[in-house]
Amino acid sequence: MRITRRVDFSASHLCAIPSLSQGENEAIYGDGANPHGHGHNYVLEVTLEGEPDPVTGMIYDLKDLKAILESEVLDVMDHRFLNKEVPPFDHVVPTAENVSREIWRRLWPKLNLANAKLSRVRLYETEDLFVDYSAEDHVADGQSGGTS
Amino acid sequence: MTLTRRYRFSASHRLYNPALSELENREIYGRCSNPFGHGHNYILEIGVEGRPDAVSGRMIASADLDSLVGEEVLRIYNGKNMNLDIDTFLGGRVPTTENVAKDIRERLERRWPAPGSPFGHTARMPSLSGVRLFETAKNIFDI
Repeated sequence: MRITRRVDFSASHLCAIPSLSQGENEAIYGDGANPHGHGHNYVLEVTLEGEPDPVTGMIYDLKDLKAILESEVLDVMDHRFLNKEVPPFDHVVPTAENVSREIWRRLWPKLNLANAKLSRVRLYETEDLFVDYSAEDHVADGQSGGTS
Repeated sequence: MTLTRRYRFSASHRLYNPALSELENREIYGRCSNPFGHGHNYILEIGVEGRPDAVSGRMIASADLDSLVGEEVLRIYNGKNMNLDIDTFLGGRVPTTENVAKDIRERLERRWPAPGSPFGHTARMPSLSGVRLFETAKNIFDI
């Protein structure tokens, strides 16, 4: 069984590869490459998988999940300029793909329990674009050693 | 990792199978068989699967996906009467949303660059992982 908690945060970012020209970056990222940045209302869905505890009837206490999301994600990213204030985005392009991977990386150590494991991070950059990062991506990234 | 992008188009259709009688069509499709047709604001979600490029951090340049879906789907469907304007349905195939979703997937697969190959500003083309079509907010079709 899976449970999902949704939170939202607002942040600014820009997407550009430092070695490329502004024109080349705009070709890849469109308006996202504006040098002064721009912002989104990100919506984050965090899904845990497990079996309900026979006594509590819960997979995981959603109050505790809320507290973890606040400390690991919202306190770090909400109302921040990701490129300037939130490592590793000083040197990793904060695309939705990379932000979802970073959120997984932050949450996984806290949500890797015997009875409840992090199963999926879904990050909406806008209502028209979202990325899913799941356990198999974590395995694949581990095998390639990549935080890229 | 999957990335999903959402698009919109508006189109009309009539659910009517010419091999059946008027009465049978009315019994099967109800008011969706109204002779003059009716329309929807469709929402289309296209999912791609792959790994983000190590340099750009993207699985696909949005502009590349937008141009592919725009050319192969939105240009064909938006503002059209499916029964009269879209070749797939001219021969009597009924434009149920099941059939529309299947047609959209087939159109994209026919023109989808080989996964792993460069395409436009995308270093390695991801694979097409899913098509989800909302006929209305309450009727949703996945293929």
